[in-house]
Amino acid sequence: MTLDVTPVEPRGFLRDPKRLAVRVVITLAVGALLLALPHIYPRFRVEGQFNVIITYAIAALGLNLLTGYNGQISVGHGAFFGVGAYTTAILVGDHGWPHFATLAVAAALTFVLGVLVGLPALRIQGLYLALVTLALAAAFPLVVTRFSSVTGGTQGMRVSRFRAPDWTGLKDYQWKYYVLLAVAVVAFVLVRNLVKSRVGRAIIATRDNETAAQVLGVDLSRYKVLTFGISATLAGVAGALSVFNEPFVNAEKYNINLSITLLVAVVVGGAATIFGPAWGAFFVVMIPTWLPNRYPQLSPVLFGGSLIVLMILAPGGFLGLVRQASGWVRRRSGRRSSAGPSPGEGHDALASA
Amino acid sequence: MDLFLDRVVIGLEQGAIYGSVALALVLIYRSTGFVNFAQGEMALFSTFLTWQFWEWGVPIAAAIAASMGVSFLAGAVIERVLIRPVGDVEHNALALVIVTVGMLLALNALVGWIWGTEGRRFPKIFGAGTVDIGSVSISYQALGTFAVLAVLLGLLYLLFQRTKLGLAVRAVASNAESSSLAGIRVGRILMFGWGLAAAVGALAGALYASELSLLDSNIFFQLLIYAFAAATLGGFDSPVGAVVGGLVVGLVTVLAGGYVGFLGEDLKLVAAFAVILVVLLVRPQGLFGRKQVSRV
Repeated sequence: MTLDVTPVEPRGFLRDPKRLAVRVVITLAVGALLLALPHIYPRFRVEGQFNVIITYAIAALGLNLLTGYNGQISVGHGAFFGVGAYTTAILVGDHGWPHFATLAVAAALTFVLGVLVGLPALRIQGLYLALVTLALAAAFPLVVTRFSSVTGGTQGMRVSRFRAPDWTGLKDYQWKYYVLLAVAVVAFVLVRNLVKSRVGRAIIATRDNETAAQVLGVDLSRYKVLTFGISATLAGVAGALSVFNEPFVNAEKYNINLSITLLVAVVVGGAATIFGPAWGAFFVVMIPTWLPNRYPQLSPVLFGGSLIVLMILAPGGFLGLVRQASGWVRRRSGRRSSAGPSPGEGHDALASA
Repeated sequence: MDLFLDRVVIGLEQGAIYGSVALALVLIYRSTGFVNFAQGEMALFSTFLTWQFWEWGVPIAAAIAASMGVSFLAGAVIERVLIRPVGDVEHNALALVIVTVGMLLALNALVGWIWGTEGRRFPKIFGAGTVDIGSVSISYQALGTFAVLAVLLGLLYLLFQRTKLGLAVRAVASNAESSSLAGIRVGRILMFGWGLAAAVGALAGALYASELSLLDSNIFFQLLIYAFAAATLGGFDSPVGAVVGGLVVGLVTVLAGGYVGFLGEDLKLVAAFAVILVVLLVRPQGLFGRKQVSRV
């Protein structure tokens, strides 16, 4: 890749009315589509697929902050997801708490846990951290089984359903969808703002070059631990929300496969991109349903195989591909109008670097 | 006391198996700086291959040897076709993790597809008898496992220290670029490293299944975690460390499972997790590993 050294301009779309209009139209269209989905599709799709996609997207958003932006690879976020899920299940199921109140507890608890795991992670880097978190993910279902008097163990526990209030006039599954979507939108906006802020730049600088970041005055340990905490919180909230959607928990639901799925969602969507986790969550939930189901046992083989192929052909994930394609189209059209490279190109390259 | 000694023997026997899988991890780590997350499932596939040969009537020792040969070739091909195109660990760690995790999923499912998910009976390689020493009885299986591991370690030592090929492997591990300038075909050496690791994994898998008398597609993931603990403890770049680490992890997990009531048999894995965490915090290079010095 050649690095264009065009001066970096502030995001142009605010000044460029045409691009602003395009963005507004796209946002409104996507928003309208997302709002309409639970009225278009039947219950099993909303509950079994869309709501699952949303919870995975929130968890992957958190993992992306840690792995994509901060460069700490975690293969253990399924454990935080599980802690969030069990927090809600136990508080609602055994103590009669209202669902919404448990979100705060799940968030606080997983933040503390994330910080606790993040502290040793300060001394453990790269693949070793992946290894530790993998062991964490492997241990979580065993711990749940060990304390089955509280957790229900492998038998699991059922929780009262999350019902739509009467004033909404919605069916339960539609209400769940909107609640999950609302939390997801808030989470994505917050993470986007975080990444674009001073803190976000410090997080990214830590990933790119620790020493340089430190020289520039970034307190490495503070930002790494903080990122771990926030990341775990998002996974925990997502886990809690998953119990809103499906009021049942057991030890096997939060096993190593969940952790792997979340990491795959981050990478397939496009690590270190804002909307990558959403796309990734969409793919990890939907791809297995698209695979030919004549040999159901073969679908994990195809899934694993396609991951490998994707990493070889498109290590930037889905959004990386989109970016490549749009760059190619822009270059082609730029050449045709012989206007030279458009000013937008340079800053894309820098933004993605 | 007898129970304690029995547990020590069992712990050491399991530890020897953890150590041999850790050895496979170390073989790849030494030359590429990369931890292969699919090592456990590669061993699973090899072990099913061994079982299949044995089922067809091949004597178990020959079946293991044949499976090791096939695994060597498969490991070399995997390096060339799946790993090398992704890039090196310094720049593409995340992509490499995903590729090996993809292999983990795919191999596990492939085994389930070919051989089904129900458990298979696996023969005792060294027979079912025991040797009594005082009040402690040691199974032939345990003795055989120790012997195989000792021979394996000896052969690897000879390979690395006394042959030109081993020298080339060590050269690539220490500096791939200089080695290639010195005329070593780095790609071939990396393929050799992966092949060797796959073959060692096949042997370790057979020992593991033989110890349990059972082969099942779910049991090798835990084996991988124990092997991680062993390799971390011994130091990821030291073969001797891997074996010693394996023995210690085997002992610690069996004794912790036996005597720490809070843990019990179910949470033995948590003890392995604790080993990994403590070692990485206190002595990240492990007992025998070289300290990593990073230059800025």
